[in-house]
Amino acid sequence: MRLSEFFNKYARKTYSLSSLIPEKGKGMVYFGLGVVLIVLFLAVLAPVLTPYNPTKSVAMPFLSPSINHLMGTNKLGMDMWSRIAYGARTILYVVFLALLVSMSTGIPVGLVSGYYGGILDRGLSLIMDAIYAFPSLVLAIALAVALGPSLMNAAISIAVVYIPTYFRMVRGQVLSIKAEQFIEEAKVLGLPTWRILFKHILPHLLPTIMVVFSLNAADAVLTEAGLSFLGLSVQFPTPDWGYDLNVGRGFMLSGYWWLVFFPGLMITLLAIGFALIGEGLSERVRREAI
Amino acid sequence: MNSKALIVKNLRVRYYTSKGEVKAVDNVNFVIDEGSYLGIVGESGSGKSTLGYALLNLIPSPGKVVSGEVIVKGVNVLQLRGEELRRARGELVSIVFQDPFTTLDPVRRVGDQIVEVMKEHGISENEARDRIPELLESVGMPARLARSYPHQLSGGQRQRIAIAMAIALKPAVLVADEPTTALDVIVQRQIMDLLENARKLGTAIILITHDIALAAQRAELLAVMYAGKIVEIGPKDEVVNSPAHPYTKGLIKSVPGLTTIEWPEPIPGFPPDLTNPPKGCRFHPRCPYEIKICEEKEPPLVKVGNNHFAECWLLTHEGNANE
Repeated sequence: MRLSEFFNKYARKTYSLSSLIPEKGKGMVYFGLGVVLIVLFLAVLAPVLTPYNPTKSVAMPFLSPSINHLMGTNKLGMDMWSRIAYGARTILYVVFLALLVSMSTGIPVGLVSGYYGGILDRGLSLIMDAIYAFPSLVLAIALAVALGPSLMNAAISIAVVYIPTYFRMVRGQVLSIKAEQFIEEAKVLGLPTWRILFKHILPHLLPTIMVVFSLNAADAVLTEAGLSFLGLSVQFPTPDWGYDLNVGRGFMLSGYWWLVFFPGLMITLLAIGFALIGEGLSERVRREAI
Repeated sequence: MNSKALIVKNLRVRYYTSKGEVKAVDNVNFVIDEGSYLGIVGESGSGKSTLGYALLNLIPSPGKVVSGEVIVKGVNVLQLRGEELRRARGELVSIVFQDPFTTLDPVRRVGDQIVEVMKEHGISENEARDRIPELLESVGMPARLARSYPHQLSGGQRQRIAIAMAIALKPAVLVADEPTTALDVIVQRQIMDLLENARKLGTAIILITHDIALAAQRAELLAVMYAGKIVEIGPKDEVVNSPAHPYTKGLIKSVPGLTTIEWPEPIPGFPPDLTNPPKGCRFHPRCPYEIKICEEKEPPLVKVGNNHFAECWLLTHEGNANE
């Protein structure tokens, strides 16, 4: 075999999807991925999958699950299946928006802080640790109350809560990577600092960022559900799992179990899905760290 | 007439540690011409690597250049800041490190890494890509290996890539900090030849090594460092054949011969603690020729030949009078 053929084969093998997923956590990752993808499909295909408008009264109130109304109807006669499907949009939107904001803040700030060190690092670490010290849900609630209830504000509140997670993780790894010889080499060859940060340090953090993202997403699902449960996220009648769960709670004793069961089930499933992806992937990161 | 590629004047570097000030480089002076070849030899901890870093204004914290000038092609590198300093690194002075296994970014193709260097110094991406095959061939690598990742290359190949990166911008001075210590002797020879090639293109080479035999074989000028000072500097043949400083003599005697069965003669004792170097001549506690004045006053720099200088009392009138 020629040397180049060997390299090509090796390179291809390294970057196939299955090799990215660790042997040990494989089941977890695939199961989690499956759950998340199902919810994603539900969100994308909601108009196709549901026959009713989720924000309009379309039948008698409190109908139990049947062929016409797969998950029954609520107190205003809205179709619960439609609300669940469209609700997937809301929660995924808020969660991804929030994590995008917190990643695009936490990662660059962590890079800069860890790389430059000194008083800047001390100051930023102090601020981040202060945020981190709050229980996440309490902080998110406080922020959401201060900003006023809306979808965007819920996303911002959640984003702020998770910035320190990215910051601390990135900063910690930068401290060890910046001591590597190839960073020194980049410096002596006169590469600008931004390039060293984003092209030579950041790629080494991607596996860890992937893990933290998944675990945070699981947490953020619960936080979003918590906020909307308290009425601090989207406003009725926009479909939202947390909100429906809260409304349904009042009718549980009347025997209308489907009003609580389905939103609760979806929130749990989505959170578990993200958590399993994160846990599974972390097997690989942990193994490489050893 | 040759112009000067590098002038180093009164260079002093200190490390501020919890145990005190480490005088890593103390009052170093030398001048080298364009396209010349200087070998700097010394034991571990003699400050030779620190000197190399100082030439790039890259002393890591808690270190600091306390005084001095490093003038490359008329520019004092130690006074540059920000963007100017960034451009100077790579264009004026460049360095090749000891361990080729860690100097390349493991997650990026080596060709891309070389292109990146040229791009950040004002060469267009297309032009940089066009130059890659020629550059790789100049370091004895087939052009197709530009697409490989560092882990697919051997140590020697990686060191070639590192050299290609360092000479891509044709710097005036190339510092090679123990470039072959991690490699076997066959590859060592090839790497040394590459440095020779770079020199033919007008780059002055500074070879930092603990291997005086290697430096003596390749360099034109030889500088011997001890405890942060250059104790002797001069044309290679003179330094090797008629060393003036007792330390240089000791260093030459401690090189093992390949064909003799005699044991090399080691220099007794250990290099001094640089937080508190010996008073007077720093070598006096280990020096077999020590006289009284060595303990009291620092020796002056004495001219012992054409371009050949050494710092030792024995070479002076005072030293000889006292004896």
